[in-house]
Amino acid sequence: MKPFAYARARNIEDAVGLLRDNPHAMCIAGGTTVVDLLKEGVFQPDLLVDVSRVAQDAIAVFDDRIEFGALARMNDVADHAQVAAAFPAVAQALAASASPQLRNMATIGGNLLQRTRCVYFRDLLTPCNKRVRGSGCSAIGGWNRQHAVLGTSDHCIAAHPSDLAVALVAFDAHVQIAGAGAARAVLLTDFYSEPGETPDVENTLAHDEVITGVVLPRSAAAGHSAYLKLRDRASFEFALVSVAAGLSIADGLIAHARIGLGGVATKPWRAYDAEGALIGQPANERTFKAAAEAALAGARGYGHNDFKIPLAQRAVERVLTSLVAPT
Amino acid sequence: MTLPLIGAPVDRVDGPAKVTGSATFTAEFLPEGLVYGEIVLSTVAKGTIKALNVRAAREAPGVLVVMTHENAPRVTGKPSEENENDPFLTLLQDDIVRFDRQPVAVVIAETLEQAKYAAILVTADYAPETAATDFDSAPVRMPDQFLGEDLQHTRGDPQRAFERAALQVKATYTTPVHHHNPMEAHATIAQWEGENLTVHDSTQFISGVRRRLAQVFRMSQDRVRVVCPFVGGGFGCKGTAWAHVALAAMAAKLAGRPVRIELSRAQMYGFVGFRPRTRQTISLGADRDGRVQAMMHDTLAQTAVHDDWIETSGLFSVGLYAVKNYRMSQRLAPLNTTRPTFTRAPGEATGSFALEQAMDELAYAAGIDPVELRMRNYAEKDPDNGKPFSSKSLRECYRTGAQRFGWNERTPQPRSMHRNGKLVGMGMATASYPAWRSDASAYMRMNADGTVLVQSGTQELGTGAYTVFTQLTAEILGISIERVTFQLGDTRFPRAPISAGSQTTAAVGNAVYLAAVKLRDRLRDRRDSGPIEVHANAEPADSEEDYSTHAYGAQFAQVEVDPDFGEVRLVKHTGVFGCGRVLNAKTARSQLIGGITWGIGMALMESTISDARIGRVMSANLVDYHVPVNADVPEIDVVLLEEVDKHVNPIGVKGIGEIGITGVAAAIANAVYHATGKRVRDLPITPERLLDIS
Repeated sequence: MKPFAYARARNIEDAVGLLRDNPHAMCIAGGTTVVDLLKEGVFQPDLLVDVSRVAQDAIAVFDDRIEFGALARMNDVADHAQVAAAFPAVAQALAASASPQLRNMATIGGNLLQRTRCVYFRDLLTPCNKRVRGSGCSAIGGWNRQHAVLGTSDHCIAAHPSDLAVALVAFDAHVQIAGAGAARAVLLTDFYSEPGETPDVENTLAHDEVITGVVLPRSAAAGHSAYLKLRDRASFEFALVSVAAGLSIADGLIAHARIGLGGVATKPWRAYDAEGALIGQPANERTFKAAAEAALAGARGYGHNDFKIPLAQRAVERVLTSLVAPT
Repeated sequence: MTLPLIGAPVDRVDGPAKVTGSATFTAEFLPEGLVYGEIVLSTVAKGTIKALNVRAAREAPGVLVVMTHENAPRVTGKPSEENENDPFLTLLQDDIVRFDRQPVAVVIAETLEQAKYAAILVTADYAPETAATDFDSAPVRMPDQFLGEDLQHTRGDPQRAFERAALQVKATYTTPVHHHNPMEAHATIAQWEGENLTVHDSTQFISGVRRRLAQVFRMSQDRVRVVCPFVGGGFGCKGTAWAHVALAAMAAKLAGRPVRIELSRAQMYGFVGFRPRTRQTISLGADRDGRVQAMMHDTLAQTAVHDDWIETSGLFSVGLYAVKNYRMSQRLAPLNTTRPTFTRAPGEATGSFALEQAMDELAYAAGIDPVELRMRNYAEKDPDNGKPFSSKSLRECYRTGAQRFGWNERTPQPRSMHRNGKLVGMGMATASYPAWRSDASAYMRMNADGTVLVQSGTQELGTGAYTVFTQLTAEILGISIERVTFQLGDTRFPRAPISAGSQTTAAVGNAVYLAAVKLRDRLRDRRDSGPIEVHANAEPADSEEDYSTHAYGAQFAQVEVDPDFGEVRLVKHTGVFGCGRVLNAKTARSQLIGGITWGIGMALMESTISDARIGRVMSANLVDYHVPVNADVPEIDVVLLEEVDKHVNPIGVKGIGEIGITGVAAAIANAVYHATGKRVRDLPITPERLLDIS
């Protein structure tokens, strides 16, 4: 690990100031990702700005939304009764994440910013455009079983690892961001970027900005939602494929539909085409199959991960079916 | 001999020390003046070092010395001829890179952090060469023997019998590279006092480490002391002294200070061994009643280009069933990797996966229940050498296992059982592991106050060695366990064998038993109240050679498979074993559950991933290398049958360390077939292998 300085931010302004003054500074909160990547040498900051003492962990319930601070712990949100009631998919996604110990440490803001599990990103000896722009992508033509089939480019096929973000993008969550200028809120789907030619840029957060919170608007589809995660073992494992989906049905037809995909895409994936295939249709097997096909319509496999395409389609069908199953 | 307390589920005598943190593991010793070594590893799989750039590291804070092939003490990394199990050690004696993650330098610094930081400042310029990284295209070697076992072996005329058989099953099975992943990382602390070397090492074999170090430094074994009171898991990867052990001693010599080297998890995927990849073809020829007339077990196993080690999968099948016509063949595919090594149930874990799945395929071909098929081919004596078995309860293992598991609820037709939208399958397999024999010795002293000290230079891997030998001593002497102190893990104690091959309890147990009997006899005759000391050396009796000695068992697995996703979850497992005398029901059961859990990992998730383009392990961590978590492990029903073995050794112990894993992956694969109708012959059984079942 390369030596670095450490500073504890007293408040958001303090954190922003420390970041602004040092181009090689980065934030640490729960540390569950940052410490790993420091040890691997993937992160080599000059200054670590510890934001964990900034009071930004409240969970606030409103008539039309729920807000949680960026420093709320994953388990605090997962265990919140009103989150579970209004956003079952969000609570389920959190409960399926990592391990209880990690969820007690890891923060919501950190979860949204966690880096890919691509093995080449984490091994300094191999080319990786996400780590060093222009160095090449080792996963294309290499070991890519864990990798994305949606949103990929010739420069990067790394999958985004978050479960939470998949559920959040599905239900139109916004992230609140503070920086030197005015505070802003961004639709989470727009916050993330596909790799394109610049896989090292993963989102719209500027160097001197920090995430302060998440706003989750209530909706009928969010209230009737579920999260399904398929993985290589029963717990403590990243998704091969995950699906967050919600439906509202009126007069036998689907009125609202929300679908997010994880484990298969370079960013937490909102499957708008699949939603379009559902709205106005009867909630039946045929509709769900069409939606599942639409969800993966543009998918491309890279060899070891080809199986994710049919697997994700089946997962979409399964979740949608579960939402209309008689209980 | 009647020993009423033996077998009692006594709590671990070292349990309180372990849970309170007072048990000292290797890396926790703090000799005065201790400094820290960090190994720098190669980043190419084959080539030569053109230059090592060490200036920045040398000038970094706290660095004492950077050891490279240019300044390392001259030692020998070549093993002696008579020790086939010793790996060739890469000890900075030349500029040759033989595999990726080979040690190329050691940075020694005042603190661990300083050493780790300076190590990343060392860079190397290599002249890389094309490395052998492809298992399928590697030029093949044919070994004759390994560790005294014939590897190309035929009895009868298997090819002819196979061709003439009414039923033929021939299939190829593959197993990937596995790593051991013990909880405790490898660690060594080396300290010189003049010409004498003391080494704390996390090892399964303190005497082996002493012998190897004496050889490396060309010194007398008397001058080397190896200490290891606790090991946090070994599973084979601590069975031999790997490079870091000697490098720590070399670094200590160069620095003039005691040096500690502790490997990182990533380094443990580098140069401390692994279970090599195998490709096995099993050919079974049988009559219509399922009686096997011919069996051929042909194995191709990965090895290292510079140093052969052999995964002897065929040894599992050689004596398992009553088959007249048999062939085992062994070939090797050498790649540029570190040397493979023993991995829990070496040979048997991989061999049982292939053979026991082939037997299941035969059961379906013959239309016979898989348990019944094994009963029909039951060996009443060793089919390979005609010897009687010292004991064998396998028939009872099948029966008891089938009954406890609920085998009779199984409907044989694949895809015929369902539960909650999942496909349900039941599979079984035979488990077997040889009962090895070794010399061992022990010292025992009864003090005037009636307390007893026992010493033997064996190891505690976490399996319960301290406990069972304390128990055994107390039992024979008729005193309470609290009065007995058992010490191990020091080469100053009487010599004991490697803690591997499921033999510690048998070998050391016999020495402790002999010592206790001797002491008891002396006690009977004594006239004063002074302390009594005895030494005992237990050697396998010649008469034990008259028997074929194996532990046996039966594994029964029930799985649920999601028909759309191919996710397999083990929901129930029963393992029934006949392992001779059991010294402690609790620690024995724990060890068998651990072995079965290893089998779950082998069946469903464990696999080391390498990038063949660069010959580098890419899954060098416990996120990308999957081991089972609690949620993957259902309640495991373990039964140890009462088994009296009067021939294997005086205390009648056959060993339990390895048999637990044998057969598990096959039982699970057979259950997957029963659930889905799909034969998965390649491990691990991950969802993509089952996507075509829906």
